Amino acid sequence: MRISLPQLAVLSFVLVSTALALVFFVAPTDADQGFSQRIFYFHVSIAFTAYLCFGVGAWKALQHLWKRAPNADLESYVAVHQGVIFGSLVLLTGSIWAKISWGHWWVWSENQLVLFLVLFLFYAAYFMLRFSVDPGPQRANLSAVYALFGVVLVPVSFLAIRLSQSLIHPQVFTRHGPNFGGWILVTYVVSQVAVLVLAYTLYRVELAGKRLDARIRELRLA
Amino acid sequence: MTTAEKYVTAAYCVVFGLVLLYVVIIALKVQRMEREVDELRKRSDG
Repeated sequence: MRISLPQLAVLSFVLVSTALALVFFVAPTDADQGFSQRIFYFHVSIAFTAYLCFGVGAWKALQHLWKRAPNADLESYVAVHQGVIFGSLVLLTGSIWAKISWGHWWVWSENQLVLFLVLFLFYAAYFMLRFSVDPGPQRANLSAVYALFGVVLVPVSFLAIRLSQSLIHPQVFTRHGPNFGGWILVTYVVSQVAVLVLAYTLYRVELAGKRLDARIRELRLA
Repeated sequence: MTTAEKYVTAAYCVVFGLVLLYVVIIALKVQRMEREVDELRKRSDG
């Protein structure tokens, strides 16, 4: 069963509102970081969503290259676009959190931060490549190969925090699961679901718009 | 309002603001497409 766009929009609104209520009124204040820890709920959720978007972009790119699936190129492009939007949100919210927690907007010695920036810039360059080539099979193929290469950076970026010896950036997910529980865990899970549903809604909206735009162009040429 | 509260509010405002900007851009594109559909309809009628 495919959920309609208005239903998705309502679901996103309800979930995001619930998540915000939990973040500000229910989740306890962290004993170590204090009030600023409340950025964590959306910052981490948005980061995982950005990784997922890049993963979906690569998967659709593979479908385009392997099976020549119709619309796979457009779906890959929209997923990468969503990934870059959520990636910019990760960098912005992360910088604000860094400023309050560490006293700096950015710490170049942190592998996790720098690798995420590299990942973000790599996918930002995807658009320069895509729009430097005329529409057609060549553009679709080049974009797909680029999107596939970029996804290699996702696990590297995710695992960087474990490979790094630095203890500045907190490790909240270990091999034994998340090192928090109770209302913090509930709030995080709700926030994660809310951001994922919001991202899926925006993905569907953008995809519908792009498909409609393509049909209008076809009609103009007919 | 403490400094931490100001920063947390700023972070959530950034998220809200960027999503809102995205929705506005999409809405403008939809408006443009509506105009184009109207134009195509007039051309097909004429």
